[in-house]
Order: sequence, then structure tokens, then C-alpha cells
Amino acid sequence: MTTPTLPPGLSIQKVDERIMTLNIGPQHPGSGHMRIIVQIDGDYIVACDPDPGYVHRGEEKMAEYRNYVLNIPHLERPVIHDSCNILYPYVLGVEELLGLEITERAKYIRVIAAELNRCVYIMYWLAIYGIFLGHSTMFMWPTGDRELLIDLLEKMTGARVTHSYFIPGGIRNDLPANFEEVCLRQVNYFEKRIKEYADVFYDNPILISRTEKTGILTRENAIRLGTTGSVLRASGIDYDVRKKEPYDVYDELDFETCVLKSGDSYARSKIPWLDMFQSCRIIRDALQKMPKSGSVRIKLKPNPRGKLGSVYKRVESGRGALGCYIVSDKKPEPYRLKLSVPSFRNLIALPHLLIGEKLGNMPSVYWSLNYWPVEADR
Amino acid sequence: MGSDSEKEVIEKKPEDSKPTEDKVTAKPTPDDKPTTAKPTPAEKTPPAKKPSQEEPELPAFEKGIADKIIDKFADKTTVSFVKPDRVGIKVNRDSIHDVAEFARDVLNYDHVDSVAGVDYPADNEIEVVYHLSSYTDPTLGRQILELATRTQREDDPNPGKDATRLPSLRDIFYSVEFHEREVFEMLGVYFEGHPDNRRLLLPEDWADLPPLRKDFRNKGR
Repeated sequence: MTTPTLPPGLSIQKVDERIMTLNIGPQHPGSGHMRIIVQIDGDYIVACDPDPGYVHRGEEKMAEYRNYVLNIPHLERPVIHDSCNILYPYVLGVEELLGLEITERAKYIRVIAAELNRCVYIMYWLAIYGIFLGHSTMFMWPTGDRELLIDLLEKMTGARVTHSYFIPGGIRNDLPANFEEVCLRQVNYFEKRIKEYADVFYDNPILISRTEKTGILTRENAIRLGTTGSVLRASGIDYDVRKKEPYDVYDELDFETCVLKSGDSYARSKIPWLDMFQSCRIIRDALQKMPKSGSVRIKLKPNPRGKLGSVYKRVESGRGALGCYIVSDKKPEPYRLKLSVPSFRNLIALPHLLIGEKLGNMPSVYWSLNYWPVEADR
Repeated sequence: MGSDSEKEVIEKKPEDSKPTEDKVTAKPTPDDKPTTAKPTPAEKTPPAKKPSQEEPELPAFEKGIADKIIDKFADKTTVSFVKPDRVGIKVNRDSIHDVAEFARDVLNYDHVDSVAGVDYPADNEIEVVYHLSSYTDPTLGRQILELATRTQREDDPNPGKDATRLPSLRDIFYSVEFHEREVFEMLGVYFEGHPDNRRLLLPEDWADLPPLRKDFRNKGR
């Protein structure tokens, strides 16, 4: 048989009698907007090729056409549930390029918004993680409790999920009256609620039997693969950008980094939950130490121009270290903007973890990576 | 053309433009107007002075890192900047592999945070910037080492088959695997020695220019 001429990008594969190739996604609810090509021998995965890009929107290209302020609403689109944290490194970078020093009160409010957003993201992820392990209570509870924090963020920013709250020079608007009291009350109740998740989910023998000792990422591999965030800290490495390279006021606040050593799916799913307790602690501390009045925003000139040069800033988002590299050529628009997102960095661990696992363990391993397909695609 | 006219507008009326500011930076609540209007001149002057004060004495630890690299690869590298927690080194295309190996084995950087490609059509070059960081060495917790290298740019690119290529760092830093695949599809830089030079984010049948090159225009722009 002569090989037919194929359009670019297409290839013909021989079908094996024993090994079956399975496409999971990109529209499968179990994978998010992403395709995972797995090859299975019976029940065991022998090869795995993640294929992101189904929702690639060219955020980095779009950023080259818009000025530093207009970039804000579209740059938070990759992770709308964590929109404050994905804007954070961008805003810090633009402030360095423009030479702005923001006020103390704005720094504290930013930290509070970022921590609330981290919890909102983790709750959403936890809901999905629960439902894909067949635990529908764990879908309902976080989805409901997440509303508490969304209400708070709505009071702060005016929007439920896409806040566009951080701007170069501070934050868009000051807190509403009476916010501190409401925030403290809701965060305390929220913490009480998430404590109960241990009974229903984390101490549940069914969850433990499904996730413990599956998808083990060793300490050495976690470093070698350059993973970040909860994946890294579940493998016993104490690295949190908030501690290692504190930005804004994180060095003045009281919190700890959560680290577990086993590196399996169970540890990876537990770290974000433990992080939420630390977030509550940070919010309470920040509310106490925050200056009670003062300016929260420096007004910018229209179309501000950055100085010539580049800047690389990073923050700890709900999924891990999120970096933003901005190259400026003294124009109102960035010359090049690169988002180094944690989901994309953690994706490389997926083939390593899945090979040798049972196909049935795929959802628990995949979602334990705290992976957000839209963010990885940008 | 567009940028020139904008420049004039800014220079002509720096004060008159206050009402338009509100439009640019979203709508503020009425009560923060009096507070934010005042600090603008006071807040903006100190940062302008800051760089000039800091420049004479570079941060010692960061300078030490830069000196180690310059001592070893004197004629092949130049320091582009030394800032607090950040060191930027420009490396010749041929020695990027050696410098990366030195950064891993001697300086203890163990993974790559980000790999960014930047297109410079005016210089006829494409720059690839590696941001290295370290989990294992606690003294490097805050540090990012930026290695930048440039390669030739072709006006009529044929990704993978033209002269736009660089040695892959995948055998040194395993974590660059997906990042280099992304740079390959987005800018057409072929990484020699990379085991898996396939597209990652773009569709398989993409037949246009690599989209992050400056001559690729977004539709409607």
C-alpha cells in the first residue's frame, strides 16, 4: 500500500493488537479542556501524552497590543477563580517598571484579596476533585461554602469572580465600610466549616484507599521536573514564594508553610486544604495589622510608559509559583509578556505519575496535580 | 505613527487629562478622589531617585553570582543587570549549554521557572530567556538567574528546518521539556537535542507564521 499524502500535522499510526490508545478529552468532563492520550495494556497505563492547547487564546500575544492598564481584565481570564493571584505578578512587575511604590494600606488589602481568592480557587478545585472521585457531598459542600468568600470579594471588588481589582499603583477601590467586621466573622465561620471536611473527606477510608500510594512523586523527581506549589510541597520540599521571596507585606504576617512527605495523591490533595487554614490565619493577622485609613491607590498618567528593560516577578498562587516576565521598550504596551503559570509547570509530572498506574486511578492522580487546563493553555 | 500622536497628547496636557485618567484606570469610587489626588507628586518622586542611589553599590550576593559566571566564561558572557534577587547574564549561542551546566553543578540552580522567547526583528534575532531557580539551596531561595541567548532569525521561517536553532538544555534541566516545545511552536526556534520537538498548544495543522513573532498580526488589529 502506498502511503497517502497527508496534510501537515497528521500521521498514520499502526494499530497494535495488545496496546489500546485512548483519547481522554478535550471535551471530556473528567479532563477539563484538555486531551490526555493514554495507551493502556489491559488496565494499566503504559504511555501518556498530555496534549494541552484546546483553549489556547493567545493571552501573551494579546497583551502586546494593549497598554499596561487595559491588560488587566484579559490577563485574569486564564484562572477566573484565582483572578487576584494571576494578576499579582503582572501588577508587581508593572509597578517596578513604572517606579511606583504603593501605600501600606493597599498592600494589606491586596494580601487579603489574594488570600480570599486562593481559598475560592481551592474550594472550586476541591469540589471538582470530590465529584471525580465519586464523592458528591464533597462537591456540594465546597461549592456552598465558597459562596461565603465570594460574597466578601463581591463586597470588596464589585464582581463575583473576575475582579480586576489589582491595578498598577494599588487597588481599584477602598474597602466598603464595616468590611473588617464582616470579613472576620465570615472567615472564622469558613474555617469552622472546612475543619469538618476532615470527617467527611480526608479521614474517609474510601478516599484514603483510592489515593494513598498512588501516583507517587519522589522528592528528587519533584525537583528535577521543576514542579511547584502543592505538588512540590506534597513531596517534602519546603518552598513557598510567600516565605522565600516575600512580596508586599507577607514578611510581616504570621503563617506557616504546609509540607507533607509522602508525595502521593493523598498528600497532594491534602496540601491545598491545609493551605486554606493558613490563608485564614493570614487574613485575620492582616485585618489586625492593616492601617485603618489612608490612600489605596496612586493615580497613573494615561498610557504610562515603562522604563527600558525587563522584569521577572513571581507570587504564590493557589496552584504554585506564578511568574510574569515583562519586557518593556518604553512604549505604553509591553514589548513581550510571558506568564509562567504553575499548571503548565506541573503538567510535566503527569506522564511520570500515570505510567504504571491503573486507568481507574487516572482521575485521582490527574486532579491531585491541582491542574487548571485553561491556565496552562493561556 | 500611532505612538507619536499619543506622545504629543501626553506632553501637551499632563494636567488637563485628569478626567480621562478615570476612564483608563476603571471607575474609582467617589470617596477616594481627594485622597489619591494629593499623594501623586509626593509618591512619585522617591522611586525616581531610588535607582540612582542603589546603582553605585550593587547587591553583594547577586554580584558574587554574576562574577563567578564571568570569571569562568569571560569572553562568552556579559552581565546585563544585577538587581536585588535577580541576575541577568547574556550568553553566546554556542556556550549556553556550558553555562547552564555550570549553573547547575557549581551554582546549585536545579530547575527552570520559565522559558520565554522574545522576537527582535530589528536586530534580526530571536532571544530565548531561561529563568533558573533553586529548591535545594536555601541561600538561593530568593534568587532568579536569567540566562539570555540569541539566535539568528529568518524572515521567511520554516520552523525546524532553517537556521533558527539553539542547543536544548533538556539534558541539564529536565524541567525545560514543555517550555522548549512551547518556544518552538510560538517562535520557531528549533532546539537541537530535544527528544520531542512537537507542537504543544497550537493545533496540529497550524500553517501560519509562529504566532509570537512580531510580524504575525492578530486579526482585526
